[in-house]
Amino acid sequence: MEKFIYLFRGGENHAYNAMESEKAQKNMQAWMGWMQSLQQKGVLAGGEPLHPTGKHVQGSKKVVTDGPYAEAKEMVGGYLIVQAKDINEAVELSKGCPIFEEEGNVEVRQIQKMEM
Amino acid sequence: MVDHLFRHESGKMVAVLTRVFGFANIEQAEDIVQDTLLKALEVWKWGKVPDNPQAWLYRVAKNKAVDLIRREKLKYKIEHEFAPLLKSEYSLVPSMNEMFRENEIKDSQLRMMFACCHPSITIESQLTLMLKTLCGLSTKEIGNAFITNEDTIQKRLYRTKEKIREEHISLDYPGAYNMPARLDTVLKALYLLFNEGYNSSHPEKLIREDLCEEAMRLTILLTENPKTNLPHTNALLALMCYHTSRFGARLDDKGFMVLLKDQDRTQWNKFLIERGNDYLNRAAVGGEIHEYHIEAAIASVHANTKSYETTDWGMILQLYSNLFNRTQSPVVAINRCIVLGEVKGYDAAIAELEKIKGFTNNCYYNTSLGEMHLKAAHKKEAANYFQKALELTSSHAEIELITRKLHLC
Repeated sequence: MEKFIYLFRGGENHAYNAMESEKAQKNMQAWMGWMQSLQQKGVLAGGEPLHPTGKHVQGSKKVVTDGPYAEAKEMVGGYLIVQAKDINEAVELSKGCPIFEEEGNVEVRQIQKMEM
Repeated sequence: MVDHLFRHESGKMVAVLTRVFGFANIEQAEDIVQDTLLKALEVWKWGKVPDNPQAWLYRVAKNKAVDLIRREKLKYKIEHEFAPLLKSEYSLVPSMNEMFRENEIKDSQLRMMFACCHPSITIESQLTLMLKTLCGLSTKEIGNAFITNEDTIQKRLYRTKEKIREEHISLDYPGAYNMPARLDTVLKALYLLFNEGYNSSHPEKLIREDLCEEAMRLTILLTENPKTNLPHTNALLALMCYHTSRFGARLDDKGFMVLLKDQDRTQWNKFLIERGNDYLNRAAVGGEIHEYHIEAAIASVHANTKSYETTDWGMILQLYSNLFNRTQSPVVAINRCIVLGEVKGYDAAIAELEKIKGFTNNCYYNTSLGEMHLKAAHKKEAANYFQKALELTSSHAEIELITRKLHLC
């Protein structure tokens, strides 16, 4: 089994306004349902939603600027880590993600094992 | 009102949170529930009790549980199947909400029952743990119920929790293969819990009724789930209903025991008798007959008969004989002999009672022989047996009853 990370971009910000509207409630339920299905398959290994604001630290002078520095739809809104046989299986598993109904996307990347 | 609410809700919350944290972390679950109840006492004291106190308690408990998982996530070795959902902020709060839904609460309580009644835990520890975790009784109340001190109960609970960790007892349902045997262990524990309340000579009536009520509540839970709603579960519940229906008639105004023969049957609780009949009907499906069926059938004959004199003793004798053949229990044998007295005469009963060996130092055995001799008008023998019985009990109610009998000899 290999580990893969899903990077979520765009879509709703469920972590932030989770309880505010019926739509957000529905959205949260959809995510919960998807995550439950991953858990039941035994492939869910972790992950967190991210706060929409942050800081950006850059350069040898460590210049700090306010984030987000990208447009909302390009910003990483959260990540999950799953276990899968290979990238194809990881991609298949990602297709159940509710983010596709929210005009968002998932970047699937394999976690690199560092050689000794 | 608040007291009972606290007791029942605390049992539910401990079951749910123990499922969330894992059985090995039961203390953390108990701590959160304790804190929640304290907070309620504090807040409710100043304002009024909220409209939905249950929802208030659950909200506070959920928040405390979420905080704890966030704060000490790694320390908690939450290892059960849905642990990954608790470890991500995406699903932590929704998972917690889901666990507090009504059907999940009931599910947690059932799992908890099976875990508390694990075969590797001794029966007295099973009962203690159930009363503490599922029924929300304090260690003081449990000590009181078992006529022992708080310290003993605390030590027992401590040892039981150590055992749970050593044996890696989990809150998983037993598999299909083990289910019947594990359910029997649970039913047995509930039967004993009920009897502890029903037959104990505890001076406080309230405590005895509490134990019976708790045993019934948990048995009802078992009938609400298809996995555990088997015929003998219903038979046990029927038995409990019949017995409880007589609560009001068992003691007189002065708190003295009134024997079945002398009880005012109009005081028997009709609602409970009808419930008993319902459950016994439900128990009658399938071909298997369990001891609970027979005991419930005996109680049913009494409950549905208008007077002692019109009792169908022949039927009851048959049931007792059947029960004795299955259990070989000396107490059943004694009861059977008393019924035999009503059917074949008291001399026959005395002869049968004398055949029971190894019970001569048992209070109940001696009062039974005394009673049969008294009915057969052998006053001298009766007095001897009652005298002997008097030396074998320390219960005030029993001493009082036997003394009254002695006056008749």
